[in-house]
Amino acid sequence: MAAEAREADGNSASAEALLKTPLHARHVTLGARMVPFAGYDMPVQYPSGILTEHVWTRENAGLFDVSHMGQAFLIGPDHETTARALEALVPADIVNLQLGKQRYTQLLNEDGGIIDDLMVTRSADPDEDGALLLVVNAACKLTDYPHIEARLPANVKLVRAEHRGLIALQGPKAQEALAALNPEVAEMGFMTMRTLKLGGVKANVTRCGYTGEDGYEISAAAERIGEIWDALLLDGRVKPVGLGARDSLRLEAGLCLYGHDIDTATSPVEAGLNWSIQKRRREEGGFPGAARIQREFAEGTARVRVGLLPEGRAPAREGAEIALADGTIVGKVTSGGFGPTLNGPCAMGYVAREHAAPGTKLDLIVRGKPLPATIAAMPFVPNNYKR
Amino acid sequence: MAETRYTKDHEYIRIEGDTGTVGISDFAQGQLGDVVFVELPAVGKALAKGAEAAVVESVKAASEVYAPVSGEIVAVNSELEAAPGTVNEDPAGKGWFVKIKLKDPAELEGLLSEAEYQDYVKTL
Repeated sequence: MAAEAREADGNSASAEALLKTPLHARHVTLGARMVPFAGYDMPVQYPSGILTEHVWTRENAGLFDVSHMGQAFLIGPDHETTARALEALVPADIVNLQLGKQRYTQLLNEDGGIIDDLMVTRSADPDEDGALLLVVNAACKLTDYPHIEARLPANVKLVRAEHRGLIALQGPKAQEALAALNPEVAEMGFMTMRTLKLGGVKANVTRCGYTGEDGYEISAAAERIGEIWDALLLDGRVKPVGLGARDSLRLEAGLCLYGHDIDTATSPVEAGLNWSIQKRRREEGGFPGAARIQREFAEGTARVRVGLLPEGRAPAREGAEIALADGTIVGKVTSGGFGPTLNGPCAMGYVAREHAAPGTKLDLIVRGKPLPATIAAMPFVPNNYKR
Repeated sequence: MAETRYTKDHEYIRIEGDTGTVGISDFAQGQLGDVVFVELPAVGKALAKGAEAAVVESVKAASEVYAPVSGEIVAVNSELEAAPGTVNEDPAGKGWFVKIKLKDPAELEGLLSEAEYQDYVKTL
């Protein structure tokens, strides 16, 4: 038996060089299987296994350690100055981001390709005016930070928040469980942030996530985040969930994974991330690759990201080619696997625009054989965000 | 009493007369995690030792199951198509994959005994 090594995703390093999150010892105590991920020794699953963790998150509340992700503050003299500095690097409207609001965007290269995708949050505290909180991918942070720093004006600084941990609480019971530590979290809207105390620990709480479910991401000092983790795990509604289920949850939710579904050769328009580029930016441009992206908005792209539902039970994995009935290759799968809630395989990938309409029948080439599949709208499982 | 031999790739073969039942070890199912799909060969297919006999997919990854010995497929466990999780629940019993009619029983001598395999797993 030989596994296609996919677990050690995101540039594995040698064991002795792996970094540890502030919660590492807790994962080991919980019996997690640890794997290298983006230079960190991370829990891919706990003893209950990926299927159980996935379903638990959809029905209750899953707790994830995402402290490997890059947290940084962008700090300038006032919001307008900081926002304009970031807008030179990303296509989202940051200037009009309101106090305490969060937005998803992408760092773009000069060709309009995606260097990384990130969350940008404006502090709710008027005294912190001019500060934006960034959360970037773990595997990209060491290239993102120099990229950003090299392009900032003298009065805006990037401050890496390496002393902070980050956890995510996701699922329909996330609100009840977190409200037990501070009832104020129940009032929060989707994609907003508040700074508040959770069981005595000061935390930046955002209502967002990467599972398609309602939930929160909680940032706190590295030496205190374990107290919040422990308090949440005492709640019967909450179980720890590893990176394996994080991947199957985001796949069912139709969310992109950087380095797989989006990369430096992909534009946000090809990726179907048009909604993340607000009207003012589409019209004004002023971000890297704007000429290409404005042209793509006007004319469409040659290929587009689509959802794919294979017939039967066999999953199609990343790299599988997408073919017409006559064998002509028209695209490639970028993420694929088994959706535990869907109870069947699902995938996403890029196909030539003329074959991208929902309902189109195509073949995915799995182990040399055509696997019939249908192009389907995403998410594969309905979103359950707080509205 | 049936004898079970193992490969270093974590397949087992349980010998009964001139036929062997092939599956994956308990260690292997634990490493794979939740099995969600199994692809089995056609009955009658001739396989050389080390050739792909089946494919097992967990939530995370696809893995090949190799023929521990040369021979002809004389039965497949079609119950796994509807209940792939049986591979996790009972790998040595109801979670078997295929039965192979041995071409050359001498090939068994190159495989690990139960004790040798358990020692090997401890080194991993």
